[in-house]
Amino acid sequence: MSVKDRMSGNEAVAYAIKQVNPDVMPAFPITPSTEIPQLVSSYIANNEMDTEFIPVESEHSSMSATIGAEAAGARSLTATSSCGLALMWEELLLAASNRMPCVLALVNRTLSGPININCDHSDAMGARDTGWIQIFAESNQEAYDNFIQAYPIAEDPRVHLPVMICQDGFITSHAVMNIELNEDNEVKEFVGEYKPEEFLLNNNKPIAIGPYAISSYVMEARKAQEEAMENSKEVIIEVAKRYKERFGRGFELFEEYRLDDADYIMVIMGSAAGTAKQAVDDLREKGMKVGVLKIRVFRPFPAEELAKALSNAKGIAIMERTESYNGHGGPLCAELRAALYENKVFTNVVCYTYGLGGRDFTVDHVYEVFEEVKDVTENGKKVTQHRYINLRTNKA
Amino acid sequence: MNSENIEIRWHGRGGQGAKTAALLLADVCFKTGAYVQGFPEYGPERMGAPITAFNRISKNEIRVHSNIYTPDIVMVVDESLIHSVDVTSGLKDDGAVIVNTPESVEEVRKLLNGYKGRIYTIDARKISTEALGKNFPNSPMLAAAVAVSKVMERDQFIKEMRASYEHKFAKKPEVIEGNMKALTMTFDALEEVL
Repeated sequence: MSVKDRMSGNEAVAYAIKQVNPDVMPAFPITPSTEIPQLVSSYIANNEMDTEFIPVESEHSSMSATIGAEAAGARSLTATSSCGLALMWEELLLAASNRMPCVLALVNRTLSGPININCDHSDAMGARDTGWIQIFAESNQEAYDNFIQAYPIAEDPRVHLPVMICQDGFITSHAVMNIELNEDNEVKEFVGEYKPEEFLLNNNKPIAIGPYAISSYVMEARKAQEEAMENSKEVIIEVAKRYKERFGRGFELFEEYRLDDADYIMVIMGSAAGTAKQAVDDLREKGMKVGVLKIRVFRPFPAEELAKALSNAKGIAIMERTESYNGHGGPLCAELRAALYENKVFTNVVCYTYGLGGRDFTVDHVYEVFEEVKDVTENGKKVTQHRYINLRTNKA
Repeated sequence: MNSENIEIRWHGRGGQGAKTAALLLADVCFKTGAYVQGFPEYGPERMGAPITAFNRISKNEIRVHSNIYTPDIVMVVDESLIHSVDVTSGLKDDGAVIVNTPESVEEVRKLLNGYKGRIYTIDARKISTEALGKNFPNSPMLAAAVAVSKVMERDQFIKEMRASYEHKFAKKPEVIEGNMKALTMTFDALEEVL
């Protein structure tokens, strides 16, 4: 039985943490994720959960302590945003390469500068090659559902990798919306007890974690890690299937919204996907065959599956919520175009940049993008790739 | 105004509680079974800076995550904002703007860039001071938003707000009656002109 409630995205994730009741949570506050450790601390103070909370002096330390606790055999997590994630950079790599199945609740916020507290995906995208599984949410509901699936994915023996559960700062983290919550005991049952195979505090089987590796071992370790990331794809799907059977809400690597007969498809991540879906419904009523492909799992990148889902589109708009400063667009555009090419899907693709530093993205912007992609496809309109949407300029 | 999907924009100053009012409105509408959304737009985080908050209240699931540009209702928590912010921007002609001010509707209309729709004034400072002994414009403005938007019936609103305040102020029960009084005083004042 689910319970209908209303919560912000931060409240939803904190509630999921309470229900999972992990062993250790080291954290350092940063806007807009501060409420998560704050609410968890309150739950602990009120005896509603018994997680060991460690207030640390920086995010470098919060991730270090998360790794330390996880290595000792404790189910661990932390939460952060933006510069906090950047300060964890070295530890993010250590968590993944030491195969620590810990979890990070990331509330996406732009990286400096200019310094700004609002949403874009530059923090998560900066960590895309650190070896973490990355799962994005459209809503408070999805942030909640994704968090409950995080440990079953991370701790699966085929995976053994850390998982980053991402949601859009302020846009979902601070917006109160309807939500369906699962029963406590059902969540506990779904996630299960953590039984690590090998851990530092197991004196029957002493191991070393994080030692130096000479050149003759590094590539093998990396390959094993890479294979784990590949394996995680099927585990993510299995866990989602089990989640749907139990709680009724289904997930895949990505969501296909009205794609079946769609001529034009917008590929997008996070909260803006909801706005795009509304716009697609509006345009469909006017007879335009459009759809939305919402990427849920960015790492591992579902290249082949995405190419297949997009193979019948006449025109594709790829929406990027970060800037890579390479003169060639951001990571989603680069990787998806490569996936299309590799799978011999040759169609019109236009990449756009939107929503940096919390810049608003509305249904009107979605209409504008679809109109342009249609124009490109039908009339051969020449467009600038990686054009910024909703940008103020001095030109007309 | 489409009663199936009402959009409200709040204008206030940091620290006045416009964000809290929007969240409280989402909260109380949730209890009627509606789909709700309540969220603030954050600029620089400082007391006194203009802030905006938003509500969508709908019979259908809400998926849009953008700000609101063509609201049905605009709530102006701080009347001084009228001089610096175009509060009626995009406001639907069949919508309404509610301004917290001791001034008359005629005086306020002069300052609203020729807005043709309905204008209501509510002296939230006076009501709050009288009911609570302090200037907390939140409760009167919340009641005004409900009275004008008609997102729910007065009786149900009053009942739900009592439960909500009893929960919220469990450790400060002395402020519950004052807040309840502020709500009913606001409804009484607005029902005369609605």
